[in-house]
Amino acid sequence: MNTGVTVRVQREDFDLAAEVAALSRGRADIGAVVTFSGLCRDEAGALSALELEHYPGMAEAEIERICREAVKRFALQAVTAIHRFGKIMPGENIVLVIAASPHRQAAFDGANFVMDFLKTSAPFWKKEHHADGSAGGWVSAKDADDTARDRWSQ
Amino acid sequence: MSTINLVYFSWVRERIGKGEETLELPANVVTVADLLAHLKTLGEQYEAALEHQNVIRAAINQEHVDHGEPIAGAREIALFPPMTGG
Repeated sequence: MNTGVTVRVQREDFDLAAEVAALSRGRADIGAVVTFSGLCRDEAGALSALELEHYPGMAEAEIERICREAVKRFALQAVTAIHRFGKIMPGENIVLVIAASPHRQAAFDGANFVMDFLKTSAPFWKKEHHADGSAGGWVSAKDADDTARDRWSQ
Repeated sequence: MSTINLVYFSWVRERIGKGEETLELPANVVTVADLLAHLKTLGEQYEAALEHQNVIRAAINQEHVDHGEPIAGAREIALFPPMTGG
């Protein structure tokens, strides 16, 4: 039986269905599973790839801190968070968050909470590669992401 | 003097020109802010990387800290821009 928090930071892709199955295997008390996956957009053909840099060790530790906080705050039964690093092509997965709870609202809120904090405090940085060969650059942090995080403390 | 391991990420790493280094710090470097000020005296690359000092994020022993945090006892200090994962 899977209880609690599963965090992985990896280069390879993940299988959403397999991760949901692993999270709920051997238990019959879960009533709601919410999954969020973040994918690499092609920005209307302008982007050829994203390069994701991370801080090994801290990336895992920080995501785990966020997931444990979500479990406590929303009384979640289980959380899985997987974040990829390295070169990611348009259409590929970047991140997966799964939240499980007895009823749907906590699972929705939990997944939302984990993503909002993951975006602003997990040590990952995206660099864009342009399809036309011109120099790409580091993606700038967005104020909207800080605003999304801060609403949880209101 | 104390010895500290520094790690850099994203454009902080690119501008400084290395991902990690070990430095001897003078005794008057007490906080993260002092460390940033000290690094800026080490050359043009450091000045360029840390020019906008208030946007630089810091972690001590792999936990986020503010610029006022004392660095005594730190094994590893990381400096990086705001994060853009997810």
